[in-house]
Amino acid sequence: MSSPIRVLLAKVGLDGHDRGVKVVARTLRDAGMDVIYTGLHRTPEEVVHSAVQEDVDVLGISLLSGAHMTICPRIMDLLREQDAEDTIVVVGGVVPDDDVEPLKKMGVKDLLLQDTPPNQIVETLQRLVAERGPR
Amino acid sequence: MSRAEAGSEEVRPALGEVYKAAGHAHILGLTGVPGSGKSTMVSKLVQAVRKDGRKVGVIAIDPSSPFSGGAILGDRIRMSTHTMDDGVYIRSMATRGSTGGLARSALAAVDILDAAGFDLVIIETVGVGQDEVEIARASHTTVVVSAPGLGDDVQAIKAGILEIADIHVVSKCDRPDSNRTITDLKTMLAMGINVSIKNNEDKPLWQVPVVGTSSESGEGIDQLLATIDRHRDAHRTTALGTERLRRIAEYRTFKTAEDLLRSRFFVSTSDRVSALVDRISRRELDPFAASDELMSDLALYR
Repeated sequence: MSSPIRVLLAKVGLDGHDRGVKVVARTLRDAGMDVIYTGLHRTPEEVVHSAVQEDVDVLGISLLSGAHMTICPRIMDLLREQDAEDTIVVVGGVVPDDDVEPLKKMGVKDLLLQDTPPNQIVETLQRLVAERGPR
Repeated sequence: MSRAEAGSEEVRPALGEVYKAAGHAHILGLTGVPGSGKSTMVSKLVQAVRKDGRKVGVIAIDPSSPFSGGAILGDRIRMSTHTMDDGVYIRSMATRGSTGGLARSALAAVDILDAAGFDLVIIETVGVGQDEVEIARASHTTVVVSAPGLGDDVQAIKAGILEIADIHVVSKCDRPDSNRTITDLKTMLAMGINVSIKNNEDKPLWQVPVVGTSSESGEGIDQLLATIDRHRDAHRTTALGTERLRRIAEYRTFKTAEDLLRSRFFVSTSDRVSALVDRISRRELDPFAASDELMSDLALYR
């Protein structure tokens, strides 16, 4: 019996727009995943702490505030500090094209931006978890 | 905990060791209808417990979809104040087809937290209906949360969930109709026979109290914690506890055997079920004969 993929979805910082992240949560649920949603206005510390306690496969960060170049490096650092760098980090929301490569260099596995169809989100997470292999 | 939740048979010996190392924590079960304020109350309770330095583990359970098997686990949203506190561990779990209000591996997770040194472990069940009473067979103290305005005094005398409470809580007591709910519950308790074990003076060892709380104002939370601690003391020092622990152990044993049987049954029958189901749905075969057939060559032992 294999376990469902476990995903933590987080809204970080001063960003009150959660319609998108809720649609994603529902989409992933309908694809058979366990989705933990943290709610709005979390700090990077809170998000990483929750991801570690919940032992998730994927940490999905929803950002529409433009603060991604501040928040993402902090989250990647904290994951390393907590010995949890095998967590697959995926960013969704609004990110300018110029920032995509720098974020990937930082260790963000993929960016699923505003035009991504739901089935592509599901397929991306399934592929990333399969590539990582069992823990 | 993730491995326990994955349910593979390899972890069973390790979980057995954990079970033997556990047994020090007090296990508090919290149950109630959806939206009655369980998660918020857990958060407030954790806050109150942390004031005297006790470590708290929380297993928060939400339902899995019966169709996709997926789940949205949202209990953490209400517990965010404790995220950075190392004396608090919160784990969200999905029911994965379990119907009694608990997740399949919730009890193994409780053992792990218990053995890890948490003083209090709170199990928050899924939002329940009237009949999900499994929590009473897994916890030392069962708290049933009722919200005002969800039924009359007839609801209060029905069998099921209201009967399993060691402590009744009426949440959202800042609402005007909460007194009515408190009165209904008290009347129900006064009408019933106290099923608690008696002491040698023929007095019940525990009288089920009704506590009103408001997570909004914080009213009643300290009183609720004091009541929980009072029940814990009664549980630890009287026949109340010894009897309860036996029933919990019995339930746990049957439940574990049942889960093992279920998983082996599915493995050994998975290739044959589909053909049988076709015939049953055409009414060429009946479910009684089919289940006999499936059971007949089931390898119960290995």
